[in-house]
Amino acid sequence: MIEIRQVGHAFGERVVLRDLTLDLTERRIAVVGGNGSGKSTFARLLNGLLVPTRGEVRVDGLDTRRDGKAVRRKVGFVFQNPDNQIVLPVVAEDLAFGLKNLGLPKDEIARRTDEALRRYDLHALRDHPAHLLSGGQKQLLAIAGVLAMAPEVIVFDEPTTLLDLRNKRRVAEAIDGLPQRAVVVSHDLAFLEHFDRVLVFEDGRVAIDDRPSVALPAYVAMMS
Amino acid sequence: MTPYVPGDSPVHRCPPGRKILALVAAGTLLFAWPRLDLALAALAAAALLSRLAGIPVRLMLAQLRPLAWILAVLVLVQLALDGWQAGLLVAARLAALVLLAGLVTLTTRSADLIEALQGGLSWLRPLGVNPAKVGLAIALTLRFIPVLAAIAAEVREAQRARGLERSLVALTVPVVVRMLKMSDDIAAAIDARSYDPDRDSR
Repeated sequence: MIEIRQVGHAFGERVVLRDLTLDLTERRIAVVGGNGSGKSTFARLLNGLLVPTRGEVRVDGLDTRRDGKAVRRKVGFVFQNPDNQIVLPVVAEDLAFGLKNLGLPKDEIARRTDEALRRYDLHALRDHPAHLLSGGQKQLLAIAGVLAMAPEVIVFDEPTTLLDLRNKRRVAEAIDGLPQRAVVVSHDLAFLEHFDRVLVFEDGRVAIDDRPSVALPAYVAMMS
Repeated sequence: MTPYVPGDSPVHRCPPGRKILALVAAGTLLFAWPRLDLALAALAAAALLSRLAGIPVRLMLAQLRPLAWILAVLVLVQLALDGWQAGLLVAARLAALVLLAGLVTLTTRSADLIEALQGGLSWLRPLGVNPAKVGLAIALTLRFIPVLAAIAAEVREAQRARGLERSLVALTVPVVVRMLKMSDDIAAAIDARSYDPDRDSR
């Protein structure tokens, strides 16, 4: 479970999140909100990429401020732009990057790399330069790289924003099929309709916290 | 950037550390003894090894393409100052080294290359150098050269649309701003994937 207690966050003088208290337990949680509403900052707090300037975030009892490394093993993160997430120049090498960081033995790294490549139809591209992949393939590689590390929760920060319709669908299907719990920041409301819970952010606060059937129409009304 | 060409030739199977050492030795030899016969022999060795590794000729020649202008200028200057033999020596030496270096990257996975470099730099650890960080820096350089080239092309196109293609400021400022923003994201992405540069030294 992810516990968020009286969390606030500011970048210098600019306050981005104000006094959030939430428990995240559902399998699929969506985060929506306008630009600058604080949703991406919120996502980064969940795996300790950012630590709150006020309050605390705990993942299964681990404090993101004190136990950042352990938290990041439990909570994976997929960024909006896969180009900024793919670290090594070749597909299979990038996939193995996170696994090496976990200190796994070589045969386990090879097994998990192979499994993740096959799962997302990237096996034929294993020795391919990562920069030559399509946008959708890059995002799938980014997801595969996180998935191979077997986190318990994966946070996605607008994973389909830069993709065309076909790739959007592929990535959405990939997220749907994940066995892990997922927290997804997205503007793609149709994709979020089957989620268990929606958090609507406005001005650094959760303005609506409800089921999609209630929260999404309310969000649309709020934005119009 | 030179992509890896998968294969099972003796050149592919040769340990990356040995390939790097051989490249360093060839470079040292060619510059310590500036002889035309040695430079031509190195050029022939590069051609022979690339054939042995099954690397297509066009891919080997592609290694030389970015250097074509520099080579041409160097040869012309040497021809004018020291005669044709000096011009040929400079051209053959540079071409041989570029082809040999290209052969190393074409036949070695970048992860293996970086691992070998990290191993080779471990003796610098007492001096405060962290080989894992050096390895990651090299990997990031290889990874982001094409990304930066794409960003520069995008910005150039956008500024051309605004009639600002001759403005150096209009070209460089957006590229630098995007690179800085990108570097923040990359650092976060590396953190998110549990990177710990001190893990190997513990």
